[in-house]
Amino acid sequence: MTIQTIPSSKSDIIGGFRHSKLGLTGVIILVLLVGISIYTITSVPLTTFRQWNSPSYWVDYPASAAPSWTNLELFGPTAAAHTILTSESGDRKVSELTFRGIHIVSNSFTTNFDYDSYPTDFAIFYSARYGSIPPVLEVKVTRPDGLDFRIYYSSLPSNSLVNNEGGIIQESAELPKRDAEGEISDDDDTQQQSEYSSRVFSTDRDISKNLRQYASLFRYSTDVNRPQVMIFSNTQEKEILKGSYTFNITFYFFDNLDVVEETQVILGGTVYGLLGTDAFRRDLAIGILWGTPVALFIGLTVAVGTSLIAMIYGVTSGYKGGHTDEIMMRINDFFISLPVLILLILISVRVGLNLYLIVIFLILFGWAGGARLMRSLSLQIKNFQYVEASKMMGESDMKIILRHIVPQLLPLTFATIAYSVPGAILAEAGLSFLGLSDLSIPSWGRILNEANSASAFTLGFWWWIIPPGIMVGLTGLSFALIGYTLEHITNPRRAR
Amino acid sequence: MAGFHRALIRRTINLLIVLFLVLVLTVSLLGETMDKILTDNIRQEVIASLIDSKIKFQDAEAQQAYVDQQIELRIRNLGLDEPWYSPKRFLNTIFKVMMLDLGRSYFLTSDNGSPEVLDIIAEKVPRTLLLFTSATVIIFVLGIYIGPYLAERYRSKLDKANVFISMFSNSLPTFWVGMIMIYLFASIVPIFPVRSTPTSSPSDPLYIVDLLYHMILPLITLVVLGIAVQSYFVRLFVVNILDEDFIKAKRAIGVPKKKILYSHALRNAAPPLLNSIILGLASSFGGALLVEIVFEWPGVGFLFYEAITVFDVPVIIGLVYISTIIYIAAVFLTDLAYSVFDPRVKAIS
Repeated sequence: MTIQTIPSSKSDIIGGFRHSKLGLTGVIILVLLVGISIYTITSVPLTTFRQWNSPSYWVDYPASAAPSWTNLELFGPTAAAHTILTSESGDRKVSELTFRGIHIVSNSFTTNFDYDSYPTDFAIFYSARYGSIPPVLEVKVTRPDGLDFRIYYSSLPSNSLVNNEGGIIQESAELPKRDAEGEISDDDDTQQQSEYSSRVFSTDRDISKNLRQYASLFRYSTDVNRPQVMIFSNTQEKEILKGSYTFNITFYFFDNLDVVEETQVILGGTVYGLLGTDAFRRDLAIGILWGTPVALFIGLTVAVGTSLIAMIYGVTSGYKGGHTDEIMMRINDFFISLPVLILLILISVRVGLNLYLIVIFLILFGWAGGARLMRSLSLQIKNFQYVEASKMMGESDMKIILRHIVPQLLPLTFATIAYSVPGAILAEAGLSFLGLSDLSIPSWGRILNEANSASAFTLGFWWWIIPPGIMVGLTGLSFALIGYTLEHITNPRRAR
Repeated sequence: MAGFHRALIRRTINLLIVLFLVLVLTVSLLGETMDKILTDNIRQEVIASLIDSKIKFQDAEAQQAYVDQQIELRIRNLGLDEPWYSPKRFLNTIFKVMMLDLGRSYFLTSDNGSPEVLDIIAEKVPRTLLLFTSATVIIFVLGIYIGPYLAERYRSKLDKANVFISMFSNSLPTFWVGMIMIYLFASIVPIFPVRSTPTSSPSDPLYIVDLLYHMILPLITLVVLGIAVQSYFVRLFVVNILDEDFIKAKRAIGVPKKKILYSHALRNAAPPLLNSIILGLASSFGGALLVEIVFEWPGVGFLFYEAITVFDVPVIIGLVYISTIIYIAAVFLTDLAYSVFDPRVKAIS
C-alpha cells in the first residue's frame, strides 16, 4: 500500500461524505444513535439504569410480554395490553372531602378497555401515611354498562402491627407540628405516623367474596374466583365488555393528618411497550435505550485508545528503525499472537471485570494490528523528500514526527478509529454473552446472554433477542461505513 | 533459503514466549484459588478417612488436634506449605501444564466419565478444529471465487451491496446470528437440531455422521458471517493488482480475462490476503468459540462455558493452554504460508 496525496482539509472530507451513499448512511445511523443516547441520558429516569438488576423494581411489569404493536387488529384478535395507571402518567383524578370527621380521599383511574381478551390479572398498589387509627380502603369498579362493583372493602393494618401482611411499613419521622397555622399546637399532639404500602391482587380472597353479591346480575354462571374475567364480562352474554372502566380507590381516614402517598392500578396483559418485556419483567425498551450510550462509550473509548497507541507505537518504530524497530516489532508480534478473548475470559473469571477494566483490557490487547499498519506507512513517509530535507536541516526527530509524519497519518488514524469500534463493541458483547461482563450495567450483550440462558427463542420470545442484536449490528455498521468513507477520501487506492 | 529459516526460528521463539507468558498469567491469576480448593479437598479427605477409621478420641479438642495435624502433614507432603507464588511451586505448576500434566477436574468429566482434564479436553479439540477449520477453508475458497467476480464488476450495484453486507455481517455478534439460525432452522422450520450435541454415543459407528449432521447449522452460521467479508478482501486486493502495469501488459497481449483474474491477479493478491486472514484470526476464533456455546457444539468453546459456570479451575487452566496452542498454531501456519507466497519476507528476514 502506498500513501498518495492526502486531502486532509475539512471540506474534502465533508464533500466526500456527501458524495458517498454508504458514508452518508453511516453518518445518519450514528446521528440516530447519538440522539438515542442523549435522549436516554436526559429523559429516561436514572433509577431504571441503577435498578436494572433488582427484580422488585420491575414487579409491576408483565413477564415476557410481546411488544404492544404486535397487537394490531390485522394480526387477529388483540391481546390485552399490560397497563400501568399511575399518578405520574396523568391518569389519576383525586377528590377529597371531609364528612362528619371522616376524611375521604378518592383516587380514580379511567382506562379504555377494548381488547379481545381478558386481562391476565390486575393489582392495585397503594401507599398511605396514617397515625394510630388505620383507615379503610375501598375499591370500586365502574363498568361501561354503568354497573358499580365494590370489589374490595377492608381496613388497613394498624400501626402497631408490624409488617405481617406482605406490606411494607416504614417508620417515618414525626410529622411537623402545625404550630404555624396555630390550629393544633400542644406538645403531646405530635403523632407517630407511618407509611404503609401494599398491593391488592386480583387473587385476593376478599375480592372473590365481594364479587359473589354481583353474581346474580349475570345471566350465566360466572366464576368469582377469576375476578379479572368477571369484572370485564358482559352480563348478558359470555363475552368481553369493551369500553371505559373506572377504578375508584377510596380511603376513609379518621384523622385529618393522614394522607395518600401513591396509588396505581395495574391491568395485567400479554403485550407491553415498544419492545415488550423479558422473563424478569424488565421493560426491554429501557434496556435497549441504556445499552446505546454504554456501547458507544465502550466502542469509542477503545477505538480511540487503540488507534492512538497504534499510531504512536507504529510511527516511533518505523521512524527510529534499526534495533529499536526490530525490538518493537518483536513485541508487536507478541501482542498480535495473543488470544484476546481467551485472556479476557481468564481475567474476568478471576478478577470480575467492571466496565472500565473491560475498556482498559480491550485497549491493551487491541492496538497491535494497527501499529503494524502505521509502521509500514511511516516507513514510506520517512523517505519522502521533504522529510529528508527537514532532517538535513537539523530538525529534531520529535519535531519531524509531529510536524510531518503524524499529520499525514491523521486521516487514516480516524479511519482506523472508526474501523475498530465494531470490534470493541462485539468483544464486550461476547464477554457479556459469556456472563463475564459488568453485572451492574444493562448492555446489549447482557440482554442477549439472559435471553439465551432463558432459552428465549425456544419459547418464542423473539422480541427479547432480535432488537439487541440489530442494535449491535447497526452501531458497528455505522462506524464501519464511516471508516470506509474516510479511508476512501484519504487514500482512494486502498479503500475501493 | 537462509532468511526463510531464520524467520521460521524467530516465529517459533515468539510463539513459545506467547505460550509461556499466557501460562504465567493463568497461574498467577488462578494460583490462589487452586491452592484453596486443594487444601479444602485435603480437609475433606482427612475427615472422610477419620470417619472410616473409627478412631476414638477423648474429647472434641483431641479430635480437632488430630485432624489439624493430619492436614498439616498432607499439605507438607504435597508441597502446599509454600505459597503458590514461590518460585519453586510456580515454575513447577507451569512446567506441569506445559507437559500436558493437567491434573484432575473438580466437577466435569469426559464423555466416558474420566475426570482427567487432558481426557476431557482431548475429545473436544478435534471437534473445535473440525468446525473452525472447515468454516475457514470454506470461507477462503468461496472468497477466492466470489472476490475476483466482484473485482470484475468493480463499483457495480452488486459490488456495493457486497461492501455493505460485509460491513454489516462484520458488525453482527456471531452468537446472535447463531440464535437467529436456531430459531429459523430448528424452531420454525425444524430441519436441524436445536442443540448441536450429537445424541448417539462416540462408540456408535454412525457417530461421525451424526456429528457432521449436528455441525451443519453452526458451520452455515460461520460461513454466512464470514463470506461477505472474505469476498470483500479478495476483491479489494485483486482490484489493486489489476491496476498494475504488468496486468495491463498481459491484457494488451491478449491473455484471456478469466485467466488474468483468477490466476495472475489472484496469485499476486495472496500475500496481503493472508495478512488480512492472520489479523482476522483472533476475532474469528473468538467468534467460533461463542458460536459453539450458542449451538452447544461439544467443542473447546462450549467446554469453556461449562468450566466457567461451575468454576472448574483445572479445566479452565488446561483450556487456556490448549486453546492458546490452537490459536497460535493457526497464526503460525498462516504466517508460514505468507512467507512462502511473499518473496519480500524471505529477503527482509
